[in-house]
Amino acid sequence: MTEEIHDVRLQVNGASHSVQVPARRLLSDALRHDCGLTGTHVGCEHGVCGSCTVLLDGRPVRSCLMFAVSAQDADITTVEGLADEDDVLSPVQQAFSDCHGLQCGFCTPGFLTTITAGLRDNPDPTEDEARDMIAGNLCRCTGYQNIVSSVLRAAEITRERA
Amino acid sequence: MKPAPFAYLRPGSLSEALAALSEAPDAKVLAGGQSLVPLLSMRLAAPAALVDINAVPDLDHVVVTDDGVRVGALARHADVLAHQAAAQAQPLLAMALSHVAHATIRNRGTTVGSIVHADAAAEMPVVLALLGGSVEVASVRGNRTIAAADLFAGPLESTLAHDEIATEAFFPALRPGEGVGFAEIARRNGDYALVGVAGLVRVEGGDVVEARLGYLSVNDVPTVVDVSGRSPEEAVEHVLTALEPAGDIHATAAYRSQLVRVLTRRVFQAATEHARGRTS
Repeated sequence: MTEEIHDVRLQVNGASHSVQVPARRLLSDALRHDCGLTGTHVGCEHGVCGSCTVLLDGRPVRSCLMFAVSAQDADITTVEGLADEDDVLSPVQQAFSDCHGLQCGFCTPGFLTTITAGLRDNPDPTEDEARDMIAGNLCRCTGYQNIVSSVLRAAEITRERA
Repeated sequence: MKPAPFAYLRPGSLSEALAALSEAPDAKVLAGGQSLVPLLSMRLAAPAALVDINAVPDLDHVVVTDDGVRVGALARHADVLAHQAAAQAQPLLAMALSHVAHATIRNRGTTVGSIVHADAAAEMPVVLALLGGSVEVASVRGNRTIAAADLFAGPLESTLAHDEIATEAFFPALRPGEGVGFAEIARRNGDYALVGVAGLVRVEGGDVVEARLGYLSVNDVPTVVDVSGRSPEEAVEHVLTALEPAGDIHATAAYRSQLVRVLTRRVFQAATEHARGRTS
């Protein structure tokens, strides 16, 4: 059986990508293999670890729990789209650097996208709210303490830059 | 960890979606996909076709009336949770929805999809069952309403026919004198609960005259136990006898029974206080 191939237009970080994919191509795989954007990491591939989190029309979603064909014309932001055009790190990225919020870095793209959206909804989280914000993402290195610090620091940086 | 091949259909109207479903006997409906896609990726399911209803218009509503809250098939958990009028009409919705997975999953997953997925470990099926709600379903053969009591046939099995699409769920409003409560215990915030309890209590003159408790992750289907006329302690014993909590890899039977005990007391009390607080 030859598998039907779909023409799909993906809007990623402001750029349009025309890709030809089978219907079963996960959005996470389409971003990595077809768009060449390997910043989105694939960990568990069944929605548990959060590494593949991207922003879909501004809201964080698991890209491994969506098919690329379903994302036609949606506005997608991956970790590559968080820094500004001059490669100045976003507040969340800067905070992870300041607070040592990562070690191996595998889970980091998912944390960065999740927290970017989380701080938009809640710009001044308490420590408990920061923990709740990242509860859907797994990190095997840091023990989370420095990631929680990074969330709070990112809120500070956002205020400083405003 | 990649899905098996399937044909993909993205109809632009409900009638097209129903026609597509009736013509493809091995098709599944894709809404939020937060339960379906992992099943496909792990190849626990391999349907020949997916009918993606995300392009069907007018299915993402959350409408609040005096009777209750109507939730369309494409309303995401996050939209229902953020709906203040819905939370006011039926506070159990927001209480339970905040426990549905993580915010990231709630952004994509749909409340109606979660209900007809009929997972006994999920929050919204038991909420619908406890409140005595219903689901509207459509097919090329016509529409019908399925009461929550007739909806859950077994583990991950609803009574929808293959060619039917659930278009809306109806959650009755909280009536005067009623109060609700919800609590669950999970290993991590947002994980599937080891036990979860939803409670609905009605008071008259401060006394509890009606009480029902709904349990998730205890039996194979969401289960509601009527504990009217019983004290909280009598309710605990009655519930344990009725449910006979079993052990699995997540919890032994003894531990699960202990969770049922503790959460039953907590939710019974919280719902009672909620009811009294609303009437005083």
